[in-house]
Amino acid sequence: MTKILIVAEHAGGKLNAATAKCVTCASAIAGAQIDIAVFAANAGDVAAQAGALTGVKKVLKIENAANAEPLAAVLAPQVVALAANYTHVFGPSTTYGKDLMPRVAALLGVGQLSDIMAVESAYKFRRPVYAGNAIVTVEAPQDKKLVATVRAASFQAAATGGSAAIEAASVTVDLPVHTRFVERSAAATGRPDLQTAARVVSGGRALGSADNFKIIFSLADKLKAGVGASRAAVDSGYAANELQVGQTGKIISPELYVAVGISGAIQHLTGIKDARTIVAINKDSEAPIFEVADIGLVGDLFKVLPELEKALNG
Amino acid sequence: MSKILVGLKRVVDYNVRVRVKPDGTGVVTDGVKMSINPFDEIALEEALRIKEKGGATEVIVVSIGPADTQQQLRTGLAMGADRAILVQADAAVEPLAAAKVFLKLIEKEAPQIVLLGKQGIDDDNSQTGQMLAALWQRPQATFASKIELAGGKAKVTREVDAGLETIEVDLPAVFTTDLRLNEPRYVKLPDIMKAKKKPLDTVTLASLGLDTAPQFKTLKFEAPASRTKGIMVKDVGELVAALKQKGLV
Repeated sequence: MTKILIVAEHAGGKLNAATAKCVTCASAIAGAQIDIAVFAANAGDVAAQAGALTGVKKVLKIENAANAEPLAAVLAPQVVALAANYTHVFGPSTTYGKDLMPRVAALLGVGQLSDIMAVESAYKFRRPVYAGNAIVTVEAPQDKKLVATVRAASFQAAATGGSAAIEAASVTVDLPVHTRFVERSAAATGRPDLQTAARVVSGGRALGSADNFKIIFSLADKLKAGVGASRAAVDSGYAANELQVGQTGKIISPELYVAVGISGAIQHLTGIKDARTIVAINKDSEAPIFEVADIGLVGDLFKVLPELEKALNG
Repeated sequence: MSKILVGLKRVVDYNVRVRVKPDGTGVVTDGVKMSINPFDEIALEEALRIKEKGGATEVIVVSIGPADTQQQLRTGLAMGADRAILVQADAAVEPLAAAKVFLKLIEKEAPQIVLLGKQGIDDDNSQTGQMLAALWQRPQATFASKIELAGGKAKVTREVDAGLETIEVDLPAVFTTDLRLNEPRYVKLPDIMKAKKKPLDTVTLASLGLDTAPQFKTLKFEAPASRTKGIMVKDVGELVAALKQKGLV
C-alpha cells in the first residue's frame, strides 16, 4: 500500500501553500494514504491548518525547541526516523524543500526525484529538465522508498474542509549542533507573497531605476497583486533578490501575470510558463515576451502604466 | 594545509537553446558547446577568493564525467585552481552517486570547505551538495549569497524564498552557491598556458569501488507544451476590455 508522508513547510504559524499543493500531487496517486509531518517548536496552528486539507489522513506534530527554525541538518534525521512507516516522502520544491529533502534521501540511502510536475503512477512521474526546455518521464524503483519534491506551480492547492487526526509524534534521534540559525530578513511588504499570489506584476530592465520601479508596486497594489522582477532588473539593483522570477529565481503560476518592460529571456519565461494569462507591455514589438503573451501591448510603459491605473479606477 | 574542494560539472552551455531529439531519447548534444555549469564557476571563484584572502592554501577542482571533461577542468585551472581530479565516467551519474564520489575524495584530501553549485543547469536536480553533507555528516549551507569565515566557522547568508536567511556552521562544511555570491573572473591567455602545466589526475569511476548504479530510469524526453500565441491590443482601452472579457479585472 502506498503511504505518503509530506513534510510541511511553515513560517510564523502559517502553513505554506506549497504544502497544500504537495497534497494534491500525492492525491493523484491512486489509493495513497497521505499524512503530514509538522516540525516546529509549537506546531498547534500549523497542524490544524494541515489537518483541514482534504485528503489528509493524519497530521504528526513533532514539537521540539530545536525545530523552531527550519535547519535541514536538524530536521533530516527526524524525517528519516518517521519515514520508516512510509513508502514515499514528499516535500515542496521550494528553497525549504530543496534544502531538506536531498539530505533526507541520502540518509535513507536513496536518490531523489526533484520537481514532480505530473503523476503517472506511484512510481512514474514527469519532471522538467534543462530549465523546462525538456520534460522527462522518470520511473523510480519500487523496492526503495521514494523521496521527491513537488513543483508547486504544477498543482492547485488541496481544498480545505477536511478533518484529519492530529497526533503528537516523538522521534528519538541525535540532533546535530554544528548548524545554527542566526537571522532571517524579509521585507514585510503587506503584498501577496510572490510564490502564491493569484496575480503578479513584474518589471524588467526597461524600468531604468529603483525609483522608477515604484510604478510596478503602484500597479500591483491597484490589482492586489504580488510583485516580481526579471533577473536583469534584480541585477541592476532595481528590485530585491527575492522578487526574481525565472529559472534561477521563483517559478510561479498566477492566474494573471503582467510583464512590464521585460523582453522575455528564456530563463524568465521558464518561471512563468504555467501562468494562466500573461499580459506583456513592452515598447519593442519584436520582444520574445510577445511570443508567449495572451495579451500584448506595444507601448512606452511610462505612458501605459499610469493610463492603465486610471482605467482600472474607472 | 587547508584545502578547498570545488565541483565542476560539464553541461550544455547556458546560451544554447536546448532541443529534444526527435526520437525522445535525450536532448541534442552533438556539436553543441559544453561549458562549466555556471553555478560551479561561481563556486570556484569563491574558493579562489577565499584562498587569495589567506583562508585556504590549495584549491582542487573535481569533475565526474567523460574524458572530454578535461576541457572544463583545464578552464578551472586557468581560472586559478591548483590541481584537478577527473573521475572518469562515461554514463550519466546520479546526484547520490556523485555525492559518494565526492565523499571518497574528501576522505583522501580532508578539505575544510567543499563548494558546489546549487544546481546543474542540465538536470536541475539541486541535490548533490545536500546529499554529500548528509553522507559526510557535516553541515550544509545551500544557496549561499555571502560566506564569511572566522575561527573554524562560517557565517552564511542564504537566498531563501522569503528573502535572506543567515546561518552559522562549523567547518568542515559543504556550501552550494547561488547566483549573486560573486561574479566569476575572466580567464586570461597567459593563465591558459600556465594551466597546461598544472596537475590533472584521472581516476576511473569503477576504480573507486562505489555503488554508483542509477536508481531512476528515464523513459522518455519530450519538448514542453508550447503556449499558443495570443492577441495584440493597440491601447490601454483595448487591454482593459480584454482583461474584463477574461474576468481578470
